[in-house]
Amino acid sequence: MGNGALFLAVFLACAVEAVEATTIVLAAGTARDWRSAASGLAAALAVLAVVVAALGPAVSDVPLRGLRLVVGALLLIFGLQWLRKAILRASGYKALHDEDKIFAEQLATASAQSRRRVGLVPDWYGFTLSFKGVLLEGLEVVFIVLTFGSNQHNVGLAAIAAACAVAVVAIAGAAVRSPLSRVPENTLKFVVGIMLTAFGVFWGAEGAGAHWPGSDAALLVLVPAVGAFALLLVGLMRANQPAGRETRVPAPAATDRS
Amino acid sequence: MGRRIRAFAAFWYDFVVGDDWLIAVGVVISLALTYLLSRTAVPAWWLLPLALVVLLPLSLWRAVRHR
Repeated sequence: MGNGALFLAVFLACAVEAVEATTIVLAAGTARDWRSAASGLAAALAVLAVVVAALGPAVSDVPLRGLRLVVGALLLIFGLQWLRKAILRASGYKALHDEDKIFAEQLATASAQSRRRVGLVPDWYGFTLSFKGVLLEGLEVVFIVLTFGSNQHNVGLAAIAAACAVAVVAIAGAAVRSPLSRVPENTLKFVVGIMLTAFGVFWGAEGAGAHWPGSDAALLVLVPAVGAFALLLVGLMRANQPAGRETRVPAPAATDRS
Repeated sequence: MGRRIRAFAAFWYDFVVGDDWLIAVGVVISLALTYLLSRTAVPAWWLLPLALVVLLPLSLWRAVRHR
């Protein structure tokens, strides 16, 4: 995999996570208190920095084959789960991921909670809402950076791609002060699901001892093949859907992250 | 304490396994079979793509069958 492909894969995957984290922080800030939301964001980033400092060197010490086996397995599981949801959404069996709707739900929930000051934090609920959201999405960003970066021996480039994605999304979120609903998130999730699955298949098989025909070039076949298969499944599911299905799709839960 | 441990375990189960345990189990079994096949003279690279072709439609079918 070239540096461009590594950058693009990590950038897209991290952008999706950053959009979701931004929605949560915006909800916490709008409904509760901006200072508490910002404190939660800063605290989560500090915890993530400790996780990276602890895991980064440890990951680089793991033998490449063992790393590829574990990473391949996790990526394949994550990728298939993402792809499964993306196909269900694209075929109308599951409601589309709607940041506006999720933002409104979180706003309503957050507004209903009572205010409680803890130490220097003016509003504990706003702090924890922001902290949990950023930590959870941030862990996924850390996982993506470490797995993609270490497999390609270029954690630095993967980290830069993630930082760019987070910066772009954060600047956009701060500028509009509303959920980034114009980001084509459902399409992005579909593409990211395809990439995670394809890389998971490639690295998982290598880690388990298999040798791909054409070595790294096999990825050039795997990625479009997984994409074509996913689109085929969308087409088949749409064709077999009962009439009027789209109008009866239940709304997603606010905690439905992928 | 017990509730916190359960919540911690539930968080990691949800984070790693997700909505359908069949996918996680299928991936682990497929990787084990790939490893065993790679110890023989038979090429083993095709096994994971085959697992994908089986697991994804099966998981989708499980998701929509009761709707």
